[in-house]
Amino acid sequence: MSGTFVGMPVFPPPTHPAFPKAAHEAVGNPVLRGNLRHATHTIRAKRANAVAEVSDWAELREAGKRIKDHTLRHLDRYLVQLEEAVTAAGGTVHWAVDADEANRIVTELVKETGESEVVKVKSMATQEIGLNEALEAAGIRAYETDLAELIVQLGHDRPSHILVPAIHRNRGEIRDIFRTRMGEWGRPAPEGLTDTPAELAEAARLHLREKFLRAKVGVSGANFMVAETGTLVVVESEGNGRMCLTLPETLISVVGIEKIVPTWRDLEVFLQTLPRSSTAERMNPYTSTWTGTTDGDGPRTFHLVLLDNGRSDTLADEVGRQALRCIRCSACLNVCPVYERAGGHAYGSVYPGPIGAILSPQLRGTQSEIDASLPYASSLCGACYEVCPVAIDIPEVLVHLRERVVQGGEAVRDGNKVVLKPAKGHAAERAAMRAARWAFSHPAALRTGQRLASRSRRLHPRTLPGPGRAWSGTRDLPAVPAEPFRDWWQRTGGGKGGAK
Amino acid sequence: MRVALFLTCVNDTLYPDTGRAVVKLLTRLGVEVDFPMAQTCCGQAHYNTGYRHEAEPLARHFSDVFGEYEAIVTPSGSCGAMVRELYPRMGERARAEGRGSGLAAALAPVVPKTYELTEFLVDVLGVTDVGAYYPHTVTYHPTCHGLRGLGLGDRPRRLLEAVKGLELVELPGAEECCGFGGTFALKNADVSAAMGTDKVRNAESSGAEVLCAADNSCLMHIGGTMTRLGSGMRPVHIAEILASTEEEPAA
Repeated sequence: MSGTFVGMPVFPPPTHPAFPKAAHEAVGNPVLRGNLRHATHTIRAKRANAVAEVSDWAELREAGKRIKDHTLRHLDRYLVQLEEAVTAAGGTVHWAVDADEANRIVTELVKETGESEVVKVKSMATQEIGLNEALEAAGIRAYETDLAELIVQLGHDRPSHILVPAIHRNRGEIRDIFRTRMGEWGRPAPEGLTDTPAELAEAARLHLREKFLRAKVGVSGANFMVAETGTLVVVESEGNGRMCLTLPETLISVVGIEKIVPTWRDLEVFLQTLPRSSTAERMNPYTSTWTGTTDGDGPRTFHLVLLDNGRSDTLADEVGRQALRCIRCSACLNVCPVYERAGGHAYGSVYPGPIGAILSPQLRGTQSEIDASLPYASSLCGACYEVCPVAIDIPEVLVHLRERVVQGGEAVRDGNKVVLKPAKGHAAERAAMRAARWAFSHPAALRTGQRLASRSRRLHPRTLPGPGRAWSGTRDLPAVPAEPFRDWWQRTGGGKGGAK
Repeated sequence: MRVALFLTCVNDTLYPDTGRAVVKLLTRLGVEVDFPMAQTCCGQAHYNTGYRHEAEPLARHFSDVFGEYEAIVTPSGSCGAMVRELYPRMGERARAEGRGSGLAAALAPVVPKTYELTEFLVDVLGVTDVGAYYPHTVTYHPTCHGLRGLGLGDRPRRLLEAVKGLELVELPGAEECCGFGGTFALKNADVSAAMGTDKVRNAESSGAEVLCAADNSCLMHIGGTMTRLGSGMRPVHIAEILASTEEEPAA
């Protein structure tokens, strides 16, 4: 696989504050905390029920993992098979090594149609490459049609969740956004709009219907691409995606190269695990599949843009490549205690939460402040791994990426083997870890340290200065005992004879 | 049966009462306990912070110190998981890096015979009623590495349920992380503290006097949060509850 997709650097490192700083704001925002707590706990419980109904969940999870691993191992072969099948079915395949190239291709394709607006199916890949912004720069307006993406777009906001991009908003906030902003983008919100879900949905329906009926170009991603037939698959809840996939004359799909499955039969596994893991539904309401073009039915022109954008580099990493199994279900976000408190924006990427913490630093590299801090945005509690329907051991990859941050080492960037330098800002920690390793390799030194701590215990302050404030700002320090255990053990001969 | 107590560096230095409780409990159950004086640290903090290469000599040292014992018992879910889950992984990584199978071979002997305390009691000794007496209302927090890493399941609960005088009450959101996470507590102090506060509030709502867990690192974080919040609850390691008897009751 190495060397197949060598090219330009992936999208530039973001100038986003490090995770702890970004999270600081969110933790102190009671409205956001309330919104996230309510939403994640609701979906968390629903998912648990939906999964518990399936007697062979463990087998499905293992099957999903194996299918993805097999496909990734032979990705070169399946990509070529997919390209041939799509082409044979009347589609055109484009290869984009990075975000810039993908944006350029899509912009040109839209320009060729002579249109200046497109309707969009909810898609992570196009969020990842910043397609809307690129189209806007070329004078093309992209309308998000997924309800939550619409809320985000109207609010000039950023998505904070993979599946529920507006999870950080409550109904009242959504009503206000609809009232004030819908008119700027098309049909305004009905007079006297309230915050009841039915009214909000109806307002969005009326607003979007206008877009669907007018659009000549649709842009989508895909949940799966079936190599054997060249079929793309989008699963969704609202049906807005199907409108975009069927009504326009031209359809352009931007899809990450890892989204392939070899055969239709493989879908059997994922069409069970994805809905239950994401929306806690037994089956998602809309599953759209299309294979190239069909005369008199749906778009007359179909373009598939296959996106690398750091995926080949990620695939080269033996530990980190499992992140490419991800089917974007969001179960890891919903169960993550860190995500629940920090919110999605703190992750500085369209991929927030645990999966984002291992995906972004691999797709973008660990050079920027945010990407070097993401592997630490976890207590390693393992809840994410437990719920992952393709068994991505997220804690394992987090620790692996921490190693890359503090120790550097070999990695593949832009298709080339490189030796990464350790990230800046870890010198003191590195020295402390070395010192601790030395002390722990010399029991006598450890003992001296313990005794010093015990004997000076009355002098210990209740709060710590400098970096120690990170602990003692919110937590009292434990009292140091009069003697360490090992001294007691030696003094009493292991507590024999009832010695205290 | 003669077993080695792997107390962990944190317990040795800060929580000797937990160590004494394990010795008392196991001795009462007829187990001969040894505390190898050369023991230090399993290397978990190094490994989990990204310093795998610094953790390797500590793992080797652990294996040298404990390799000869029949069983190694530790009152820590996370240090137990370090040995059982991550030592094999360290060996594999060294092999994958072309450094041979020396590390894997050196660490292999200690992996299957390292037990977290409640596992050792239930699985090896086959007891759930350890003859303990603890007349308090207790809620149990399953710490993450014990729960998900070692799969301790209901072992701790079964042990607590058999304690005379103890009333076990449910902890809402029990399986949510307390927010300690080793260096996470320092690197992401705000989120860590928010998680800790929620854990303490949930524990308070249970009506218990005592929050019990099988990991003192997590209890250090939870307990430090409790006193800072002025909560009336206190953290107690499960070993201290199980060691407590009518003749010698623990607080």
